[in-house]
Amino acid sequence: MAKDMTEQDLTSDPKDKNLKQVAYYPGCALEGTGHAYNRSTKAVGKALGLELVEVKDWNCCGAMEVKNIDPQVQTYLSARNLTKTEEMGFDVVMAPCNGCYHNLKKAEYDLAHNPQAVEANERISAKAGHPAYQPGRVETIHALDWLKRAVGEKELARRTAGKLKGMKIANYYGCMYTRPRHIFPDKDQGAGSESTHAPHFMDDLLASAGAENVDFPLKTACCGGAHAMSDADTSTQLVLNILTTAEACGAEVIATECPTCHTSLEIHQLRAEKLLGRKTNVKILYFTQLLGMALGLSQRKVGVAENMADPRVYLKERGLR
Amino acid sequence: MPIHEKTLIRPENLVSHDELVIDGVDVSGHWSTFIKPRTITDYNEEMQAEIAALPGGENIHRCWQCGSCTNSCTMNAVNPEFNPRYWIYLIRQGLEEELLRDKDIIWQCVSCNKCTYACPRDVVPEAVMKATAHWLELKGHTGESLSSVFDRGFTDNVVHSGKIEEGHVLRIFFWRTGQPLAPPWLRDLILGLVKKLPVFYLYNLLKTAVLRPKTRGWGKTGAAIEDYVRERHAEQAAALGLSGKGGH
Repeated sequence: MAKDMTEQDLTSDPKDKNLKQVAYYPGCALEGTGHAYNRSTKAVGKALGLELVEVKDWNCCGAMEVKNIDPQVQTYLSARNLTKTEEMGFDVVMAPCNGCYHNLKKAEYDLAHNPQAVEANERISAKAGHPAYQPGRVETIHALDWLKRAVGEKELARRTAGKLKGMKIANYYGCMYTRPRHIFPDKDQGAGSESTHAPHFMDDLLASAGAENVDFPLKTACCGGAHAMSDADTSTQLVLNILTTAEACGAEVIATECPTCHTSLEIHQLRAEKLLGRKTNVKILYFTQLLGMALGLSQRKVGVAENMADPRVYLKERGLR
Repeated sequence: MPIHEKTLIRPENLVSHDELVIDGVDVSGHWSTFIKPRTITDYNEEMQAEIAALPGGENIHRCWQCGSCTNSCTMNAVNPEFNPRYWIYLIRQGLEEELLRDKDIIWQCVSCNKCTYACPRDVVPEAVMKATAHWLELKGHTGESLSSVFDRGFTDNVVHSGKIEEGHVLRIFFWRTGQPLAPPWLRDLILGLVKKLPVFYLYNLLKTAVLRPKTRGWGKTGAAIEDYVRERHAEQAAALGLSGKGGH
């Protein structure tokens, strides 16, 4: 038994051939403030021989806002993107933004479980003149799932040759990637699957590139992103807590996988410094920027100049140009 | 359930006398503090049904007051007065006056979903908080919260174009809330960023701001969504006895 398990472990580095070419749903943030995430995700995909085909005529998933006007409209908006994915002949769509990923997953769940959502989706789809999305047709995955399943740690370790060696990283996943658990049926499924209470996919990927992940208790804490503007003082307080905790854990970098979290951390890091005089030095980088540089891409190629807490000097010192 | 008794020991409900003797017993001073008796007659018996009629409030009746929501709550850690478990209790009891004491903070729920993750009864407390905040607005107990103004501006942009342009959403938000077009800290931040960004990136930013992204083939979709929202908001207004006033 023990022997079998070892053998399985050695060969279980997952490489999902179906993911070599997937539909890509960037979402609004990646065309705006999250531009560096868009750029670095595409660059990493290219470097690893993975093809991303942008969903044709995609629309906003509803983000954190539309559900507060009407939750079923948000379900419809997300489902429309799944219809568009299906129309292109794809059965997997990759969304790097936590908000998009969460909403597409939630639409999938609601359309399979909530009659009111089904009714609204059918009604609005009919009026808009396209077929209503039927659950089960398209699988939504996150950029973390994508790299983990299509490439895997072994291949990444080989390709990166430990370029992030010695870099102390706090991996920050935020809220939307793991909560609430019922919309993520693929998580918490034992060995190899992602955990909703202690997510580790980003840790795994960065560790395979040589990074030293610090023990960070606020992986899934909230940055207040939903109210980054409407309740800025609360957001600053929440973000400051995350930044100071990361520093206390010995992190030099906070790795992010969501444009809302990333921007919220950046904005409120500066706001805390300007308004509260609380300066923190931890750098905030998308995990795709870190992986891209580990794969030998330049700072420019992964859009580091767009990061607010300028990490260029720090990265140079680490040998990442 | 003894939970609401905390309201009895608020300062205004406590009485102590410097010198008081009752039936020969000295009850002066702090050690003989009295709690004022209270009789509740103003239950709002419609409150739970009304909040349950708003999107997200549907499962409020399932709550058995375990407190997992408050225990896991991001906002409760920032402000102990932010107490979803207690508010759900008040709504289910119909203790409107008591709920209104917290009317100006309920909208601050950041939708982190920790409560929904922790809830053993599938109440979806996060959605109940949103329904409660909407109920307060619809009933006129509060004005439109900053969060609602933001949500409305955002949704208008999506319905119109299929996509949002972040700069536009922000400008609308600042304009509608009467704030300067960008608060000083945000202006400093933007200027700092502009100084170091590559020219092509600035060009792209400017282009998006002028050309405003739009989903191709959006066509009738926006109108279809508007129709749906109008119908739903009319239903909700009717459920709250607000017919004729329209949606929020």
